[in-house]
Amino acid sequence: MKQKFDIIESTCVPLPLDNVDTDQIIPARFLKATTRDEKFFGDNLFCDWRHNPDGSLNKDFVLNDPSYGGCILVAGKNFGSGSSREHAAWAIAGYGFRAVIASSFADIHKNNELNNFVLPVTVSEGFLKELHATIAKDHGAKVRIELPSQTVTNLTTGSSEHFEINQYKKFCLMNGLDDIDYLLSHKKDIEEYEKAHA
Amino acid sequence: MNTLFDKIWDSHVVTKQSDGPTQLYIDRLYCHEVTTPQAFEGLKGRGIRCFRPEKIFCMPDHNTPTHDQDKPLADPVGRKQVETLEKNAKEFGLTYFGMMNPRNGIIHVVGPERGLSLPGMTIVCGDSHTSTHGAVGAVAFGIGTSEVEMVMASQCILQQKPKSMRINVEGTLGKGVTPKDVALYIMQQITTSGATGYFVEYAGSVVRNMSMEGRLTLCNLSIEMGARGGFVAPDETTFEYLKGREYAPKGAEWDKAVSYWRTLKSGDGAVFDREITFDAADIEPMITYGTNPGMGIGITKTIPTDATPKALEYMGFHAGGKMIGKKVDYVFLGACTNGRIEDFRVFASIAAGRHKADGITAWLVPGSWEVLKQIKAEGLDKILNEAGFEIRQPGCSACLAMNDDKIPAGKYSVSTSNRNFEGRQGPGARTMLASPLTAAAAAVTGVITDPRTLM
Repeated sequence: MKQKFDIIESTCVPLPLDNVDTDQIIPARFLKATTRDEKFFGDNLFCDWRHNPDGSLNKDFVLNDPSYGGCILVAGKNFGSGSSREHAAWAIAGYGFRAVIASSFADIHKNNELNNFVLPVTVSEGFLKELHATIAKDHGAKVRIELPSQTVTNLTTGSSEHFEINQYKKFCLMNGLDDIDYLLSHKKDIEEYEKAHA
Repeated sequence: MNTLFDKIWDSHVVTKQSDGPTQLYIDRLYCHEVTTPQAFEGLKGRGIRCFRPEKIFCMPDHNTPTHDQDKPLADPVGRKQVETLEKNAKEFGLTYFGMMNPRNGIIHVVGPERGLSLPGMTIVCGDSHTSTHGAVGAVAFGIGTSEVEMVMASQCILQQKPKSMRINVEGTLGKGVTPKDVALYIMQQITTSGATGYFVEYAGSVVRNMSMEGRLTLCNLSIEMGARGGFVAPDETTFEYLKGREYAPKGAEWDKAVSYWRTLKSGDGAVFDREITFDAADIEPMITYGTNPGMGIGITKTIPTDATPKALEYMGFHAGGKMIGKKVDYVFLGACTNGRIEDFRVFASIAAGRHKADGITAWLVPGSWEVLKQIKAEGLDKILNEAGFEIRQPGCSACLAMNDDKIPAGKYSVSTSNRNFEGRQGPGARTMLASPLTAAAAAVTGVITDPRTLM
């Protein structure tokens, strides 16, 4: 899903929890796949929260609430902690999310999102709190994320924040490029490094 | 600046663009069966080979059953994943330690044990517990599958340089307090995101006096503090541990390596972005009550009144309640956290002359065949068997329950592994993280017990 990222405007799915770990995003039993089948992972996103222990749908979980939708997931702090499994980013992308807004991200998961063209947007706790309040009041509330200017805006309240992103990753996301192309173009540098450190 | 982290990181920079990524050279890539098939697929799709196949080592560990490893895996999906790794390793010319190979085991136990992980190296693997290898004085960190593919294709990775943190633990550890307790204590103090964005150097007298096994446990848990990785500067303990190991340098090469390794330390005036110091006297045997590794308490303490309600509900615990005396159903000794020889010695020290409590199911899973060999050489298997415990075959096992070793829903497990997330040891399983000593105390009494009362 190497979809170029520019500007998105969307309703949101709220998950106002801290420390959401990658074992919840995609439980280990779904990691046995040998292909990058994003639909399979997306179908099982938050599987154990979406279902009751008897397998029936957990109607209280936000993904099962038809009044919420859109391609932006709004979480709490320390999103994606724990396992390095990129399957978590594949599940988020496979479900149809294009951005995750949180007040902080776990490092490995953040890289995994970027490498799958899902934009991790780090905002202040205050902005996040207001956004969750906005969404709770109006499930159809929209957020606008502009990657070129690195701004995120709560369109209901007009609150706007600048977010940080590595300039190289920004370029990759906006142009649909991945790191391997970049690295392969530096083969000569790698060989020179090896000679110098032999 | 002038930290050991800077020294190792900076000496591996191939290119660096202003405001861009650092292209970092990687000395060692480890591959297990779960996070690599899609990376190999990617290489095939691009029609490219591994750039430096001799620097890549592969072994299955997550799906491996802990009994009858000589027979084909019963689970067809897991079997396919293991077979895919073997096929890919062969096709791409990579070293492969398959099941039943005496070199096989959990990748983070095998790497240091074989002398594949050495001081000053950069080491990566598609697994967050790659931080374990930092114990030998390496910069080691977990990466995603796309990044695994990058390293396969170019032996390099693009990364932003993390900030550096030093965590000092000073003083002397009390009776019954193990490296696992030190790590759980640090997490309780700084939370599971306390070191996010940082690489941690562990220092102080407690760390200096710690065995390699203890340092491996401590560094293993760096990721649970949110850190990219954690390491201990190499010293005589490190060299003593590595000397003579299969892939460690030999003869004159060894002497040359050691003289370089001796230079690997932070300068006297080194400046860290953050530095924290803990007093060993404040640490008691720890146990977790909640659903992330930072939700731990000293074993004699009560569950905090401000504990997350969602976590307590999942665990079936109450704020203000005591941990001691709570009924236990399962005990798991093993994982890349506590599956090494010292962990088995500690467990056996409590089990000796006692017996497994009725109603306890115990899974004792060595981290590698080498660990199992050592267990037998020291006669620990006899002590454990007499106490009613069975030792299984090596693998990740119940740490994440990708094989058959699953804790049933609602059951309580005292586990020496690294994560107590909801469902980590099986859907609905309730995990309490602790040291091998505390796990052994629970195994022989059937309830959460302060191990100091049995020592």
